Amino acid sequence: MYNQTEIIKDTSELGAEGELVINMGPQHPATHGVLHLVVTLNGETIKKIEPHLGYIHRSIEKMCESLTYRQFIYVTSRMDYLSSHINNLGCALLVEKGMAIEVPDRAKYVRVILSELTRIASHELWLGAMAMDLGAFTPFFYAFREREMITDIMEDTCGARLTMNYIVPGGLMYDIHPDFQKKVKAFITQFKSKVNEYEDLVTNNVIFQSRTKGVGILSAEDAISYGCTGPVARASGVSCDIRKIYPYEVYDKVEFEEVLETAGDSFARYMVRVKEMNQSIRIIEQLIDNIPEGDFVGKTKNVLKLPKGEFYTRVETARGELGVFVVSEGGTTPHRIKFRSPGFSNLSVLNHIAAGSKIGDLMASMGTLDLVIPDIDR
Amino acid sequence: MFLKEYISEVVNGVSSLLKGMRKTGYYFAHPKEIITEQYPDNRATLLMSDRFKGEVVMPHDENNEHACTGCTACELACPNGTIKVVTKFEVSPEGKKKKAIDALVYRLELCTMCNLCVVACPSDAIKMAPNFEHSVFDRTKLTKVLNQTGSKIREGIE
Repeated sequence: MYNQTEIIKDTSELGAEGELVINMGPQHPATHGVLHLVVTLNGETIKKIEPHLGYIHRSIEKMCESLTYRQFIYVTSRMDYLSSHINNLGCALLVEKGMAIEVPDRAKYVRVILSELTRIASHELWLGAMAMDLGAFTPFFYAFREREMITDIMEDTCGARLTMNYIVPGGLMYDIHPDFQKKVKAFITQFKSKVNEYEDLVTNNVIFQSRTKGVGILSAEDAISYGCTGPVARASGVSCDIRKIYPYEVYDKVEFEEVLETAGDSFARYMVRVKEMNQSIRIIEQLIDNIPEGDFVGKTKNVLKLPKGEFYTRVETARGELGVFVVSEGGTTPHRIKFRSPGFSNLSVLNHIAAGSKIGDLMASMGTLDLVIPDIDR
Repeated sequence: MFLKEYISEVVNGVSSLLKGMRKTGYYFAHPKEIITEQYPDNRATLLMSDRFKGEVVMPHDENNEHACTGCTACELACPNGTIKVVTKFEVSPEGKKKKAIDALVYRLELCTMCNLCVVACPSDAIKMAPNFEHSVFDRTKLTKVLNQTGSKIREGIE
């Protein structure tokens, strides 16, 4: 029998004397989505943060089990919607690896260019939103101005601005737009001339620096033990760039540096992302003039069947390592599929880096983790 | 010592503020570099990319003929069950029976614009159109029949 009085008596979850438990979210402007944080406070000091997940769970992994190997790729755009192109790439790479499909060079080059454009777009959005969390509204519009050029390129070539679904197993869905190279070059010129505006507005701003420097420090050991990847781990000095360690597509042919910082605080995570945008521009510059002629899609069978076994691929999204694991029984649909999303591991570190700091610093710590909630919940 | 730090902090703060304000002031003085589009007011001049995936349409030529053979490749390719092909048998004047579509039912409310049906179509009968203003007051209006009334299959398409 449901006994109400006993539930009220059980106050263990409400915190000790003098502590205050507040719910941040699920509808909170700074959590950028339906993230629900249960924060235990003592005055203004954070005692404990407990993320509650499940508000945007769409059971994408289960959904994929009923879709064929051509169809399941589009669903992964809805996981980490800011780097949807890279999610699609990871799934396509898995099918190509399992079935030994040859991908033409042209498709490989275009895939990498679009992946890097997606990475820049994602970091631009993060930069604007992060500065807005800390109270600076203007950088949001400046970052979106450059991001808009990328979404225009995506709209021209892929037909959509966010959930592209442009990659199919074996290559690309259709050839690039005739204006593609011209528009990408125009974007590179625009980005290079405007990137110093972010330096003036955000990086060199005294208020921004004092709110992020020394806030939310994550050591390299903790980054490894929590499974952090991407810019969060690289800001602590952990070298974990999949593009360098396990190069896929044409990443082994291009020159770029893996951006590493050692401070591990929020400002280091900010700097990693800003420098990464410049490295992405460097990759695009090397590839954009050398897109080889030829087919944009390789020859594939009409019905794709993965051989019996287990397959795993990993790609570097804007947030870290995305792993795709498929168990195949030899049929047209996967038997079991699992995504190792970077956002979930990066969120798990939040309690560690923010406990003990003030509630105002939570925005800086959480913002620089670059959380995308549909990626965490799937 | 304390006073010196305090003053330098104030000077640094003011200078970084002015640096940021200079950028804002630059765009205030150069309104031509502002790229904001006044969307609902610029409908007449709005340029959409020709590849933009807004909805699935079936192009008809001037004789009210389309290229759909009713092979249901699009129905099989669709991940959401958006497309339903209803076929019938047409009897030609010579007495030959031929498969043709009665209706290609397209449910826009289920569509995720993944473009898989367009890629799967062997006779290029359907394509994506760049219309994006889909809101209606009644949900049933989102279920559309793509082939026009009285339309026929074009000659020479098998």
